[in-house]
Amino acid sequence: MTTETAIAETPRIKRDGFFGQAANYLDERTSISGVVKEFGRKIFPDHWSFLLGEVALYSFIVILLTGTFLTFFFQASMAEVVYNGAWVPLKGIQMSAALDSTLHISFDIRGGLLMRQIHHWAALLFVASIGLHMLRIFFTGAFRKPRELNWVIGFTLFVLAMAEGFTGYSLPDDLLSGNGLRIISGMIEGIPLVGTWINFLLFGGAYPGTAIVGRLYTLHILLLPAFVLAFIALHLVFVVVHKHTQFAGAGRTQQNVVGYPILPVYAGKAGGFFFIVFGVIVLMASLFTINPVWEYGPYDPSPISAGTQPDWYIGFADGMLRLMPPHLETYWFHRTWSWFIIIPLVILVVFIVLVAIYPFIEAWVTGDKREHHILDRPRNAATRTAIGAAGVTFYAAMWAAASGDLIATHFKFSIEGVTHTIQTALIVGPIIAYFVTKRVCIALQKKDRAIALHGYESGRIVRLPGGEFIEVHQPVDEYQRWELVSNEGYAPLVVRPDSRGRITAGTRFRAAMSRWFFEDRLAPLTQTEIEAAQHHGHGDAPAVEGGSH
Amino acid sequence: MAQDDSGSSELAETSSTAVEHPVEDHRLGDPGTAIVVADAPVNPGFPAHRPRLTDTDPKQNRRAERTVFTLFYLSIAGSVWAIAAYLAFPIESGNLADVRTSTLFIGLGMVLALLGIGIGAVHWAKQLMNDHEGIDIRHGVAGSEETRERAIEIFEEANEESGFGRRTLIRNSLIGALVAFPLPAVVLFRGLAPQNVDPIKELKHTMWAKGTRLTKDPTGLPILASDVTIGSVFHVIPDGLNDREDALEQKATAAVLLMRLRPEDLHVSPARKDWNYHGIVAYSKICTHVGCPVALYEQQTHHLLCPCHQSQFDITHEARVIFGPAGRPLPQLPITVDDQGYLVAQSDFHEPVGPSFWERNS
Repeated sequence: MTTETAIAETPRIKRDGFFGQAANYLDERTSISGVVKEFGRKIFPDHWSFLLGEVALYSFIVILLTGTFLTFFFQASMAEVVYNGAWVPLKGIQMSAALDSTLHISFDIRGGLLMRQIHHWAALLFVASIGLHMLRIFFTGAFRKPRELNWVIGFTLFVLAMAEGFTGYSLPDDLLSGNGLRIISGMIEGIPLVGTWINFLLFGGAYPGTAIVGRLYTLHILLLPAFVLAFIALHLVFVVVHKHTQFAGAGRTQQNVVGYPILPVYAGKAGGFFFIVFGVIVLMASLFTINPVWEYGPYDPSPISAGTQPDWYIGFADGMLRLMPPHLETYWFHRTWSWFIIIPLVILVVFIVLVAIYPFIEAWVTGDKREHHILDRPRNAATRTAIGAAGVTFYAAMWAAASGDLIATHFKFSIEGVTHTIQTALIVGPIIAYFVTKRVCIALQKKDRAIALHGYESGRIVRLPGGEFIEVHQPVDEYQRWELVSNEGYAPLVVRPDSRGRITAGTRFRAAMSRWFFEDRLAPLTQTEIEAAQHHGHGDAPAVEGGSH
Repeated sequence: MAQDDSGSSELAETSSTAVEHPVEDHRLGDPGTAIVVADAPVNPGFPAHRPRLTDTDPKQNRRAERTVFTLFYLSIAGSVWAIAAYLAFPIESGNLADVRTSTLFIGLGMVLALLGIGIGAVHWAKQLMNDHEGIDIRHGVAGSEETRERAIEIFEEANEESGFGRRTLIRNSLIGALVAFPLPAVVLFRGLAPQNVDPIKELKHTMWAKGTRLTKDPTGLPILASDVTIGSVFHVIPDGLNDREDALEQKATAAVLLMRLRPEDLHVSPARKDWNYHGIVAYSKICTHVGCPVALYEQQTHHLLCPCHQSQFDITHEARVIFGPAGRPLPQLPITVDDQGYLVAQSDFHEPVGPSFWERNS
């Protein structure tokens, strides 16, 4: 007796029972049955990497739940109060109502510290999982048509998540976050033409003023979450419209989606996964202290502690600031040009914009206007993977720079040495990463091809009657082989005159980009080649093949 | 979304048959530089379904069922535990250890409650629910030709009926009005900062003035020149700062570091030869990079280090930048002593302190 027969024997729900009647009542007023018919059995493919986006979604729900709890206790005010709560070391010290209420949440409300820590850990996980999700999308080519716009929506969510993180981090008005705001304020002041005024308006007068916490609070709990929610909704609508991508596999084509239906399996797995993500975040929050503002004390523009660090996701921007060489300031036309601000800002903006528009660049280079629903294995898109590796290296160098002082003190290096090393890595690292990754990808493609054609090395050495030693290659089955050979091939664009017989500079540039993008490619295998190899293999050592079984 | 693919078909148990291929040709769009191979490898179709242990072995099936409901019961226990921990561990002592204990035990109860549900549900889905994969058929994302034709037609009809394209005066004046109407809202945001304050003037002076005493941060006690020994460093604020309403804003520009070096170690430019007092020098503590306090003083090398971005300033050479991203030296505060021997400022800083801004040199 198996479960299948058990399911088959389950009697159908009686239409006049309680649930039947309740469903009927609802449907007659909402037309909900159409939704159930449409989505109830919708298919979602399975792969561990598809869970990264789910982690992001679920941590956002956790953030909303805990954040709502915190709003009942937090006072977004910079009014000066004298602390008189339970935490003895700060008793009698002047601080803003914001920090006072944060300490109140931590020390006077049972479970309050837990909620703060869940909120903070969930926020860190939110940004991290979006980042990893983006890397997954990038390296598997899931951003290709028809999903380019959804990539941009997801990218916007990443930026919004960082903004949410930074505004939230600044709310407690403690010494550490205050210095973070000071850095932002200093950066804004350095922007040509408008910087002074933007800074003046943002802080409501001279820095730090008494307005910024209240303003960040409005952004943090009203404006930004509204945008995040709207973009998540849009993001998911497009996932439904496009249907989810899938990895190549036997039976899977560009025209189908293979996986489990929403009801019941996907609901069980994804619903369960929400609780697992929630549970893991709460576990981190129970065990590990995060952002102990009671150790930092209230914000004061004069003191600071060594080893000052932003939260991890702001690190790349802070690191870029640290990597600038000295004396980059000029005075032209009676104005101050703060190149140590302008250059990092331009680099960061260019980097971020390139990430946002990459799908359109690649589409332009390949000219491929077809829909892509089967994901690339990263190795099969060698140049894209190499570009991604270069980008990751560039980001990693900036990120490492944000901890340059800690690297120096921890490993007993000089700060000058660490900074100069990272400056070099910022420029040379991406180039090395590009070439190494490209070569590794091509080597892996060749390995795949060898396995598909000749099988994998079995480790069994056989001596043939003629005295020759060979290693027996075990053929892979047709399903595994399909995963190795089903990738698509491209050729570089050929320069051709347009309808007026001209070859424009644009055409030449695009052809050059295309040659570069498809350099050193492997032409995909054909069915004939596969069959020929199989015949060759069978003809080569039939006795050995037979003998192995 | 009214597509006809709602009822996904389920893979038959024995479906190792090859997938029908004609659909493959229906992929719309220009392949660009993609090579469409006529002789492409053939998709072998779905492998045969392999039953799980729980499908074939009733014992395993019952065991999985037990695991799932046990996890759900554990989850209930976890919730009860969390509530019990809330009651059992008071934090009112203000002791950090008590807060940690409360956090830990409430948290662990919640962890059990959440993971019980989560792992139970996933286990249920993976081991006991039907594990036959289904197939949905994809359709091109674009609407059908008919729909698209009709959509264009609707726009054309609407254009015709409203005269949007024809009555250009109406159209253009409307666009103008729509561009103009949000502008008042933008202007209203000028109110974010006080109306009659010029930020540029604000940034160009600090609280320091002729005769203002240098006092210790945060106590506000004046400093006798004779108390500043060689090698010592003082964190300094102007006298009277703590009594001001805008103490933090003033401190953000007026904070100063006071150091005493041997006079022969100081390389003083002629214009500043009276700015130090027997080797006692005062420099703005606000970094010229992005404004962090430059709080770390290396007594041996006479370097100041900013902990935020590691800019280093050489005090022996009038705080010139020797490393890091800062663009220019820390401004120096000219000091002397009053008739009682206390250190006082000769004047305000001679240049704006803190991060650079556009109008700094105007």
